[in-house]
Amino acid sequence: MGGEVQASPPSSTTMPAAVALRGITKRFPAVVANDGVNFEAARGEVHALLGENGAGKTTLSNILTGLYRPDEGTIELFGKPTEFQSPRDAIDAGVAMVHQHFRLVSPFTVAENVVLGDHRDIGRNFLLRPRAIEERVAELSRRYGLGVDPRAKIWQLSVGEQQRVEILKALLQDARILILDEPTAVLTPQEAAALFETIRTLAADGRTVIFISHKLHEVKAVADRVTVLRRGRSVATVPAADATPRSLAALMVGREMELGLRRARGGEVGSPVLELEGVNADGDRGLAALTDVSLSVCAGEIVAVAGVAGNGQRELAETIVGIRPRTSGTVRVAGRALRGGDPRTAIRAGVGFVPEDRLGTGVAPGLSVASNVVLKSYRRPPISRGPLLYLGRIRALAQRLMTSYDVRASGPGVPAWQLSGGNLQKVVLAREFSGGPVVLVAAAPTRGLDVAGIETVHTYLHEAAASGVGVLLISEDLDEILSLADRVAVMFEGAIAGERDAETTTPEELGLLMAGGE
Amino acid sequence: MRIERRLHQPWWLVVVVPVVSIVVAFALTALVLLATGHAPLHSFRRLFDAGFFAEGALSESVISATPLAFTGLAAAVAFRMNLFNIGGEGQLYAGAITGATVGLLMAGAPSPLVIAGMIAAGAVGGAILAAIPGLLRAYFSTNEIITSLMLNYVVGLVLTYLIFDSHSYLRDTSGFEASVFPQGKILPDEATWSAWTVNGLVLPLGFLLAIGLAVCVWVLYTRTRFGFEVQVIGDSARAGRYAGMRTRRKIIAVMCLSGAVAGIGGASQDGDFRHQLDPRGLQAANYGYTGIVVAALARYNPFAVVLVAFLLGGLQNAGFTLQGADFPAGLVGVMQGLILFSALGGELFVRYRVRLDRGLRTATTPAPELAP
Repeated sequence: MGGEVQASPPSSTTMPAAVALRGITKRFPAVVANDGVNFEAARGEVHALLGENGAGKTTLSNILTGLYRPDEGTIELFGKPTEFQSPRDAIDAGVAMVHQHFRLVSPFTVAENVVLGDHRDIGRNFLLRPRAIEERVAELSRRYGLGVDPRAKIWQLSVGEQQRVEILKALLQDARILILDEPTAVLTPQEAAALFETIRTLAADGRTVIFISHKLHEVKAVADRVTVLRRGRSVATVPAADATPRSLAALMVGREMELGLRRARGGEVGSPVLELEGVNADGDRGLAALTDVSLSVCAGEIVAVAGVAGNGQRELAETIVGIRPRTSGTVRVAGRALRGGDPRTAIRAGVGFVPEDRLGTGVAPGLSVASNVVLKSYRRPPISRGPLLYLGRIRALAQRLMTSYDVRASGPGVPAWQLSGGNLQKVVLAREFSGGPVVLVAAAPTRGLDVAGIETVHTYLHEAAASGVGVLLISEDLDEILSLADRVAVMFEGAIAGERDAETTTPEELGLLMAGGE
Repeated sequence: MRIERRLHQPWWLVVVVPVVSIVVAFALTALVLLATGHAPLHSFRRLFDAGFFAEGALSESVISATPLAFTGLAAAVAFRMNLFNIGGEGQLYAGAITGATVGLLMAGAPSPLVIAGMIAAGAVGGAILAAIPGLLRAYFSTNEIITSLMLNYVVGLVLTYLIFDSHSYLRDTSGFEASVFPQGKILPDEATWSAWTVNGLVLPLGFLLAIGLAVCVWVLYTRTRFGFEVQVIGDSARAGRYAGMRTRRKIIAVMCLSGAVAGIGGASQDGDFRHQLDPRGLQAANYGYTGIVVAALARYNPFAVVLVAFLLGGLQNAGFTLQGADFPAGLVGVMQGLILFSALGGELFVRYRVRLDRGLRTATTPAPELAP
């Protein structure tokens, strides 16, 4: 019997976990962001961190990258207890993070960006030798199949390529633990597939990849195991193979959810309420951002505009609502042509707009919820008469809308910046819907919202269409588009690359259009 | 120890913090006094006596406070929209020039008409000057801090030119004395602004006008569409544009309003106190710059501006009265500086709170087993 050894596999006894977080608690003035979170990831593992917004994913990754210090709990890296005094300690310990919003200097080359902030490898030297850096970057890029030209300038690269530069940066810092924060949010389905390939290569190389997401099918596609966070607590860690999107969603939200419910289509579609004909407009830098865009939305219809970020969707929305002047073309609302570059006539014509940038454009962050609710209606009775405002009516209206849209805040006097993303979006929606819109332009209305918030926004959009509003939904999320829209127009480099019936198209077909292929 | 942004500002903080700031300022001044060999309590006592309690002191303090109330209001009006009009100084000069001109031109007309004309002229003069940085900001995104500040020097030089370097309409060229010691023409009696005496306290028209303007500004900014738009644009210009507000017009309008208030302050200097265009006196007083301090201390609240102007005016007045061998001449300046320093430092405690870090603690609970 002496030959018999314990049943446990050798790896678990000889190899400690790459990352082990135990009982991590982090408190902020109003919330406990992490409450006794446990998390463990092995060497060579792709471990997904799943959770709604506000579940504590970001706080946890900030703790792991040394940005925050936990109030309680321990961090162990490769079996050694570790305390980070600063982000630099984390980098030295081999932890790197690829942020959702890239930290790249756009006029610099790839090589320069990669070496920026590196103090271990080639960037340590006082004098930089560009040639040597470029070779080093090219070598790393080859080894992991990243295919990035080290001499290209960042602004010349696509979003997917920029992301690979971020990964290169982490690799040059010899990151053994790589955190990717919602990396697919800005990618086409094809680019996302390539990223998953890279992730698998990194893991095969013995690196640990922590993949933060709230997209369930991605988590299933790429991860070995999944840890689900809910309200700051780690509720479960499950092998990805055993999980279903349904079971993960239930863990995330704490109740059963209806997933991927398609909107019942084929309702009555009325006459066109929004028509664009040959619209051209310039971008912020004075270059053409929209070329000959023609589009129409009928009453009661949801038309989606799909596309990779930065292909003119933002400019399209701004041009329709008059924030951005057109260089040519016409925009008609309910048959009447709108004056270009004049948001006020668009508002009067009944164009509602849920902007991409909620805090800062959609609301004035420093002002109260009540003020933000009347941001557009303050000009007319009953809110004002002549030059005077009726403060009491503003408050009452805000109170009423906060109740009917379930905005969670301590009162209408609370400044808007204190609201969570979901509540803020409800304030914007409440205002836009209460204005009785003919057309509603919604740009990325669910970005950054949690599952419950997304559900709410979708319901409202759905109801708006059902009540006869023409909805133009601009989104990068194909799942959202396919579940909500009647028609999909795909934008590529400022033009409509194609229009498809949402009922019959597939994500692959749309992805191809989004990438400029026909 | 760490500093965190406050999510909720308790209402009492807005009262407690400024009071504590003032106490700290006095404590710091006391240190300065001790270091220079003066008895702090005695000096403070003399200061308050001279500024507020002695006979006639209050009336003198009101005189010092009047221009500060105007320039303080002017700064507050613009700063509320995040429009940093540093040109109150120049706009006050401009108002003084136009006010004095109209006062001289209207000689012989009924006094109320002349006074009204001077007020209007002062407002227009200040507004026109302030419109320059306003237009530049609205149409070319030029930094209004720099343009408005530079215009102060321009108008300062114009002011000097009008009296010292030219034979302008405003200069007194009547007698021998006037040609040796250049000075502005004395305004006619009709151009002397009225004053009222209540229980021995002299209230000049300018001071009452400043209080009236404070009320108007408050109503305008809290109760009207105009004020609402100013608030929104000041907070986020993009949100303002999104809501269909004409942001450029609003920038120009607010700059003109701010300039007009400072300009009336200039006219009040002519009509209430100096009765001539007085380049030396106006330029030595630094009303415009002190007005910025007043607005900052008042946290841009128009009523608080009047109050703070009165307090700082009292200190200044006391400084003038007590200046001499036994009283440190720079004390009032030092105190003003320390009050501003403490008040701005105190702001930190209104917006943020300081928390003592309890440091890292190790979790005592063992990690629960991972779910299958």
